[in-house]
Amino acid sequence: MVIQALVDQGVVDVFGYPGGAVLPIYDALFQQDKVEHVLVRHEQGAVHAAEGYARSTGKVGVVLVTSGPGATNAVTGLTDALMDSIPVVCITGQVATHLIGNDAFQECDTVGITRPCTKHNYLVKDVNDLGRVLNEAFYVASNGRPGPVVVDIPKDVQFATGTYDVAKTVRHKTYQPRIKGDQHAIRAAVDAMTSARKPIIYSGGGVINSGPSASRLLRNLVEMTGFPITSTLMGLGAYPAAGKHWLGMLGMHGTYEANMAMHDCDVMICIGARFDDRITGRIDAFSPNSTKIHVDIDASSINKNVHVDIPIIGDCGHVLEDMIRIWKARSVQPDKADMKAWWDQIDEWRGRDCLKFEQPDDYIMPQYAIQRLYELTKDRETYITTEVGQHQMWAAQFYRFEEPNRWMTSGGLGTMGYGLPAAIGAQRAHPDALVIDIAGEASILMNMQEMSTAIQHKLPVKVFILNNEYMGMVRQWQQLLHGNRLSHSYMDSLPDFVKLAEAYGGVGIRAEKPDELDDAIKEMIAANGPVLFDCRVHKLANCYPMIPSGQAHNNMLLGDEPELQEVSDAGKVLV
Amino acid sequence: MTPPATIESHTISIIVDNEPGVLARVIGLFSGRGYNIDSLTVTETEQESHLSRITIVTAGTPMVIEQIKAQLERLVPVHTVADLTVQGASLERELALIKVIGKGEKRVEALRLADAFRARVVDASTGSFVFEITGRTKKIDQFISLMQELGLVEVARTGVAAISRGENGGNGTG
Ligand SMILES: Cc1ncc(C[n+]2csc(CCOP(=O)(O)OP(=O)(O)O)c2C)c(N)n1
Ligand SMILES: [Mg+2]
Repeated sequence: MVIQALVDQGVVDVFGYPGGAVLPIYDALFQQDKVEHVLVRHEQGAVHAAEGYARSTGKVGVVLVTSGPGATNAVTGLTDALMDSIPVVCITGQVATHLIGNDAFQECDTVGITRPCTKHNYLVKDVNDLGRVLNEAFYVASNGRPGPVVVDIPKDVQFATGTYDVAKTVRHKTYQPRIKGDQHAIRAAVDAMTSARKPIIYSGGGVINSGPSASRLLRNLVEMTGFPITSTLMGLGAYPAAGKHWLGMLGMHGTYEANMAMHDCDVMICIGARFDDRITGRIDAFSPNSTKIHVDIDASSINKNVHVDIPIIGDCGHVLEDMIRIWKARSVQPDKADMKAWWDQIDEWRGRDCLKFEQPDDYIMPQYAIQRLYELTKDRETYITTEVGQHQMWAAQFYRFEEPNRWMTSGGLGTMGYGLPAAIGAQRAHPDALVIDIAGEASILMNMQEMSTAIQHKLPVKVFILNNEYMGMVRQWQQLLHGNRLSHSYMDSLPDFVKLAEAYGGVGIRAEKPDELDDAIKEMIAANGPVLFDCRVHKLANCYPMIPSGQAHNNMLLGDEPELQEVSDAGKVLV
Repeated sequence: MTPPATIESHTISIIVDNEPGVLARVIGLFSGRGYNIDSLTVTETEQESHLSRITIVTAGTPMVIEQIKAQLERLVPVHTVADLTVQGASLERELALIKVIGKGEKRVEALRLADAFRARVVDASTGSFVFEITGRTKKIDQFISLMQELGLVEVARTGVAAISRGENGGNGTG
């Protein structure tokens, strides 16, 4: 019945790991050929792989794991998917119904443990509910603000036979999120936009989640209005990096121009983003003089961190469509002279060239490595995932995304170990594409075992490690905030990544000097199987610009003025 | 900017599917996000459609109260969330059972006060009474504090049950 529901939902790939409490489902998997199974090496990897699959396709990612340790290992992945609003259905085995609550072997309170880290979860005690619940799980995972859903199925229920008759798409009886935005609010938003003198569009992952048409509409809106646009880490690619209105990413490691424009703007149009603390910095100094418009499908995102003036609850795509229609019907447009003055100001900020760095002859700067990687891969169908740390921020700053769904990174939870399994999931969905995990040497070790998954399933992912022999992001904070006392942020006893790749049956490549980099990257691209690329980079490079915790947007650290004013204690407690 | 942070008390009435775990979901939301629960009552109210009503009295700044409602609304088994405090005059009642031990003058005084508060004696022995009192939270608080001096030993309270006045259904049809 489980398989039937998966087939009905159009599922072709499942990421999983077997165990006692899911053996009946595995047995059913064995006896059919509609649903394929990718065996991971750790259940956390299964969830991240499903996330990578989901984010690169827009479909729901599916996970199958056993009870007890299988379920607890999945918790990090589920939390990650919840924070980043990624649709995932995770089926967990459970001990037989009569054993629940008895501390049976490999029993854990899966619905209890996963309640706060899923959008919703179910324990199915009656086989006659199973079909409905599974179909409902897909509906809940993918509708409204997407998120992970757990379906916990006791082993006796897996064995039982029952009736399965559900219409293909069940609509949940109560959960029916609002899609269409309120027309009055949208009109008020357009009013504010047409009278703006210093507008900015700030878009986020919600635009990506809404689907490719939302990205197209966003592009239309930008073209039509001529407004500058910035985006969160999650939203990269919705508006192309090559577009002339693009200011680069905003936030803690965003560009000078994006953050200054956010600070000084008079009308802010936030579309599918959530005023997260990485974005706002010091909340009471966040864009103090602007009228704020906020489009979000989740009403609880509105007025959570920042008070907004014009909230619009609805799906980004639908709201954008209405905005564009209403804008077009208007005869008044923003004042040309005002807009020119605003763009002149922005160009002046751009002139600061906040991402510049020096590339010497004898070692590789990490920024340069990403630039070269971009130049040598940009003409292909390339999907990028990342781990977490400096390399992640450099990837966001220096890899240029022209399309949505090409960029997958753990934004909300910041999960080291995300990138490799996510790349595996993306590669599974796009077998012929080039999929690269931009990694740090510390992060990659967290889910290194998934290299074995990549080899087994012939998923030729490339892991591009910016190896600085430090937990660079931790070291940077220690340098800036803790008197450069580098407590346990040095990566000692690292493996030889080239040999490690070979041990797994993959290809290992190393580059140490700038002049070897291009050839080495080309070799990586040309390799048939999975690659670990050990890119030795400058060990002490820092990631700038940076808004230190608890500071305002116009208080950015740029790389060329290394002295940091004393950070207040209130700032230090922030992460 | 952020509006001035005055703490307000709100009574929120939530209609949910009566399914396992739904209370844990609601409570978990409050504890996980650091919201207050001053009072909580739960029970199935419409057996046929398997619906329960959860009534929560909570306190927070207006922004926090808005958050609480929005967060509750997005829970999958939640049907409706009504802020009875915002909707205007609503009826709020609590029931308490109060055990008082005492003899002589104090016992007489306890009975006299109980009468004034319209509390009923539901159990009595030569040395004790159990009073039953219903009313608004304030009234019950007041009664309890008076009983303090008169030999109060135990209190059991139900928490607030609340419903909107008039023809407009708070959660129901409205
Ligand atoms: C699972 C997990 N544990 C700890 C952290 C805290 N953390 C954030 S970045 C970082 C260092 C990452 O080092 P590396 O992967 O080498 O990346 P780099 O910053 O050097 O590029 C750590 C430990 C985290 N984000 N995730
Ligand atoms: Mg590192």
